[in-house]
Amino acid sequence: MRRLLFKKTGRAVWISHLDLMRLFQRAFKRAGLPLKHTQGFNPRPSVSIALPLSVGVASECELLDFELVDASLTCNDIMQRLNLVLVDGVKVISAYDNGMKIGELATLRCIITMEYDKKVPDRCVEKICALFDGESVIVPKKTKSGIQDQNIIPMIHAMSITAVNDYEIKIDTVISCQNPSLNPMQIPLAIEQYLPEFKPSFSHCCRIEIFDKNNNVFR
Amino acid sequence: MTELINRILPTVQKPARYVGGEYNEIIKDLSQVRVRVAFCFPDTYEIGMSNVGMRILYGVMNEMDGVWCERVFAPWSDMEEAMRVNQLPLWTLESHDSVKDFDMVAFTIGYEMCYTNILNMLNLAGIPLRSKDRTGLKNIVFAGGVCAFNPEPLADFIDFFCIGEGEEITPEVIDLYDRAKAENWEKEAFLNEVAKIPGVYVPSMYTHSYREDGTLLEIIPLQGAPKTVTKRIVENLDAAYYPTKMIVPSTEIVHDRANLEVFRGCIRGCRFCQAGFSCRPVRKKSADVLYRQAVETLTDSGHNEITLSSLSTSDYRELKELTDRLLPYCSENRINLSVPSLRADNFSRELMQKLQTLRKSGLTFAPEAGTQRLRDVINKNLTEDEILDTCANAFEGGWNNVKLYFMLGLPTETDEDVLGIAELVHKVINTWKNCATNKKRGLRIHVSTSYFVPKPHTPFQWERQIPPEEYLRRCKLLKCHFYSKSVEYNYHEPDLSRLEAVMARGDRRLGRVIEQAVIRGARLDGWDEHFSYQAWLDAFSFCGIDPDFYTVRGYDEGEVLPWDTIDVGVTKQFLLSERNHAYLGTVTPDCRHSCSGCGVSKLLQEVACDA
Repeated sequence: MRRLLFKKTGRAVWISHLDLMRLFQRAFKRAGLPLKHTQGFNPRPSVSIALPLSVGVASECELLDFELVDASLTCNDIMQRLNLVLVDGVKVISAYDNGMKIGELATLRCIITMEYDKKVPDRCVEKICALFDGESVIVPKKTKSGIQDQNIIPMIHAMSITAVNDYEIKIDTVISCQNPSLNPMQIPLAIEQYLPEFKPSFSHCCRIEIFDKNNNVFR
Repeated sequence: MTELINRILPTVQKPARYVGGEYNEIIKDLSQVRVRVAFCFPDTYEIGMSNVGMRILYGVMNEMDGVWCERVFAPWSDMEEAMRVNQLPLWTLESHDSVKDFDMVAFTIGYEMCYTNILNMLNLAGIPLRSKDRTGLKNIVFAGGVCAFNPEPLADFIDFFCIGEGEEITPEVIDLYDRAKAENWEKEAFLNEVAKIPGVYVPSMYTHSYREDGTLLEIIPLQGAPKTVTKRIVENLDAAYYPTKMIVPSTEIVHDRANLEVFRGCIRGCRFCQAGFSCRPVRKKSADVLYRQAVETLTDSGHNEITLSSLSTSDYRELKELTDRLLPYCSENRINLSVPSLRADNFSRELMQKLQTLRKSGLTFAPEAGTQRLRDVINKNLTEDEILDTCANAFEGGWNNVKLYFMLGLPTETDEDVLGIAELVHKVINTWKNCATNKKRGLRIHVSTSYFVPKPHTPFQWERQIPPEEYLRRCKLLKCHFYSKSVEYNYHEPDLSRLEAVMARGDRRLGRVIEQAVIRGARLDGWDEHFSYQAWLDAFSFCGIDPDFYTVRGYDEGEVLPWDTIDVGVTKQFLLSERNHAYLGTVTPDCRHSCSGCGVSKLLQEVACDA
């Protein structure tokens, strides 16, 4: 199994996980890189993306595993050929012949930007810091079996909050991304719920890096 | 600060359809662009991006030097609401510029029930709806597509229509606009000049007057406008522009595959079918050209499926040559070849067997009528034996799924014909019992009936539509004659088809009705979850117009018809004689068997009709 590291930014953030899989399948075909297919009644091209990314969230660190019919191509060659036929916002950063087991993926670092159109309120950073210094922050989480309350504090491993300018604050955080996983957009939701006076006008998020449980960069 | 649009996108369904940026999207340098065209499809992205005509014309316009054509689709209701709340005007996918800033606004119209979307999109763009309220050369609104064969319901809103196929006429009108803009013409001067281009219909250059009973008295062309406008066609399809570098959507669309049109026109002459008459004459593409275009398109797009499309693909003369070449290419490259609308002949059966090795698709028939008598009336030459033989073959081959499509309310239809549907279905079940090799999974027969809509430019263009209550009675009659659990019967609700019938044969007076319906919230009418029949009924009563005038009344053979200005090449005498044949129950052989003299050959100068 080979692996790509790619980023998904700009207009491409609106492409859903399933659509992105299809997009890559077509890109491999366009690049003249036939994918191996799974065996079975309905053979499918062998591509899989490690951590599904929510629609609207950007990322600098997505992983895609694949297998080519022609195993002799170099990683560099694959990367260059794909980048010629990908869409605006999706770009391969590097390719690897193999990689760490997806099961060992543990945490991810992301940056959440919160925008306040009428200026960041007084003591906003301080209050938010205090909130996440506490023992528990309970946020409802949608699951298959309905909505469940979830304490997100144990899933937050590091967090630094800074005001970028008068209108924006930045939350740079490392959170669990597998067993259990935290959707980073739960963090602004928690702020909205616990500190309604600090509810941002808009917030968005970008994945920066992924790590294994020993805090080594995951590739 | 994040742009407004990017703040809205997380709150709507399927945001990818609003941002563009797909593979092969065309971006031009504005400093080199003289004419900007906003090419609007009056339905959602998923529907519009599946439309081959739009893809061809997008390519045609962008091939032109100094012209940039960008795409616009109707927003879904959640996005529309957000746009209205935030006062965000409609934008194009390529540049994200506001449609209001464009020189020309083009619509391709393939379905009557998207008329409200056209008005709603103009409104969302902030462009005045009525042609007379748009002064100056900015925002010239023009339209084409099959609905332009009766453009009258939209006459108040659209500055001019392009009738027929768009490959050649579109550059001609844009070139003229380019000149008009450079020379700073008045709008009226431009319209007078564009009306001289063959195939262009400028509704404001005609006055329609009515009798007291509401029927048309006469249509008078003004300022030397032509009495009739003849549709344009491309004679040599092999030489015609065909985009092999097509936009590959980044989100799933309805027809998410490459599409190859193998020929145009139809040899069949089913008397209810508008395309069958209005898309004549038959012009083919050669298998060589098609194979080359298929490979180019697939290589460029990376699609894993290609479909061979036409009105009746079995009638494509070189189907064997083409599929013999395409099948090995497709299996080698793991591409599905799909060939819809095959007839039940021998070659098609063989072909179906071959296609099956790639992937198994369903078996679908459209007998349209339940008895041979009525099938003869409508000239649908599909016999019961053909249906049952094909079913027998398919059941032997392991198929267990059949879909059957019918229409109710066809001219001369009796209860016997309605019950004929149940009998035919019963025979299909018996065939399965006798032939099926794999009975474990059981048989599924999906039967669907739709409400017959008489269309302009067909032999049935004068027919009355049966009243909705009568249609429902026939549906219920049929329903209680299905006894088998294998049968799943669905009938279309009559409301939408009734409105479709009004619009299909409507006149200029309907412009107000459409406008009022939009004011009352009608839009996305083709989508069940949005269709509001009441909004339409209120609009009709507000305007004092009775829908029945256009439906159950029927049109007199001597009546001036709203679409008389439009000449699709087939003569009215021919349509009348076909109508007479229908009432006599006599079949007209297909055009390949013998030419029936429909008159369309007059459109051809370079090539002969290839029926």
